[in-house]
Amino acid sequence: MKRTVLYDTHLSLGAKMAPFAGWEMPIQYPAGPIEEHRLVRRSAGLFDTSHMGRFRVYGPGSTQLLDRLLTARLSDLSVGFSRYSLLLREDGGVLDDLFVYRLGEEEWFIVVNASNTEKDFAWFQQWAAKEGPVQLENLSFRFGMIAFQGPKALELLTQITTNEKGDRWTPPERFGWSWVWIANHSDLSTRVRCLVGRTGYTGEDGVEIFPPWDRTPLVWESILSSAQKLGIEAGPAGLAARDSLRFEPGFALYGHELSEDITPVEASLLWACDLEKPFVGREAVLRRKEKGPKEKLVTFVMEEQAVPRAGYAVTDEGGNTVGKVVTGLYAPTIDAFAGNAFVPTDLAISGKTLYIVVRGARKKARVVKRPLYKPAYRT
Amino acid sequence: MTYDPDVKYQKSHEWARKDGTLFTIGISDYAQDSLGDVVFVELPEKGKVVQKGEAFGVVESVKAASDVYAPLSGTIVEVNSKLKEDPALVNREPFGAGWFVKIQASNPTEYEELLSATEYEAFVKGL
Repeated sequence: MKRTVLYDTHLSLGAKMAPFAGWEMPIQYPAGPIEEHRLVRRSAGLFDTSHMGRFRVYGPGSTQLLDRLLTARLSDLSVGFSRYSLLLREDGGVLDDLFVYRLGEEEWFIVVNASNTEKDFAWFQQWAAKEGPVQLENLSFRFGMIAFQGPKALELLTQITTNEKGDRWTPPERFGWSWVWIANHSDLSTRVRCLVGRTGYTGEDGVEIFPPWDRTPLVWESILSSAQKLGIEAGPAGLAARDSLRFEPGFALYGHELSEDITPVEASLLWACDLEKPFVGREAVLRRKEKGPKEKLVTFVMEEQAVPRAGYAVTDEGGNTVGKVVTGLYAPTIDAFAGNAFVPTDLAISGKTLYIVVRGARKKARVVKRPLYKPAYRT
Repeated sequence: MTYDPDVKYQKSHEWARKDGTLFTIGISDYAQDSLGDVVFVELPEKGKVVQKGEAFGVVESVKAASDVYAPLSGTIVEVNSKLKEDPALVNREPFGAGWFVKIQASNPTEYEELLSATEYEAFVKGL
């Protein structure tokens, strides 16, 4: 089992650790996942996401190669910005979803799911070998990763950061990134140079921070202690809160809403595919789109009180099994039991009734419009 | 971690509080702490007859669904309706307002077989 550089920090904060994608990760802290979720919506929460994979792709041909492998168009992405993309097999199956940051004309930083790091890196390597002198580096243990999310996250961060020139840091716009020096509020001499992107996975404004691996705990502690001194409410949040926070605004989690067995068409992720440019899997996606998918991803809310869970069967009015729950939980912000499921397209319409089989009993649910929670930064 | 000395326990982490032949049933502080935030408690209807060791309810936390087992045989004469509105009572007051059901025991001597707080604490520490 792998451990992030923040492992001891989590233990000292009283975290409950559990295995996740081969890593021993904090599932929750003493406040508990529901309070951690609310803290992020109300003020600010800090997440260790160092288990995710981080790659650098650079050198002549790197932009062309990535533009061919990723569903998102990269040629019009400016240096200093980032974009969400999918990585597809030739048959359209989703290998992963990821964030790609443009560091330079021919230099890219990619963040992938922990569970897919090795698979993705091998995939990039295989294509790089075929298509030219592109350089690939797995930086997963060279940089850590912390997400600091919530309406107060930037208010705090701007008070302890400077830019490359030594001036006070001004956050970039959404999906922008910059090199930032992060200091401790009471000790400005211990500062750490980090890549900071205005991105996240919670539906709140905030940042994802990439400090050098060994310096990650210093950044973590700087943020929490500065928050306390500045009177900004902030605390650590675990993977359980991260799951409910990403579910409400409708973000996919690989292994649940996404897998190699489904294409972007079923997952309602065509918006992340630029069908006007060539990319691996494009023809398969076009065919599936043309034909119409058999199943689609829907969000549902329980009408009868019961907790849906991933793996539970979905039935229609007549009791026939028609689908499967892929995420199911208590959604704290909307205060409801809710989830996502793949169901036949004729049931994938908001207002339709579904039944979730909970311990042998059919419990009524209703298909709802996505997302359940509109991201705070989307106006 | 609290081990209420006035109740008796079984190894599946339920407790029973004796009041004549009427027993109040809940789950231990250790159990609620292990489960984490409780979001739903599924309880039987009043009048249901249960056997000692039988699953009579389910407690759902953020993490997972877990069965709750009867520490005594008897008839369920009351269920804690407050848990419907506020399931987190189980986390906040596991030995108090977070109780699950009341059982009219058919064989009250079963209570004697349960673990004392000291025995239960020793058992938990060995887990």
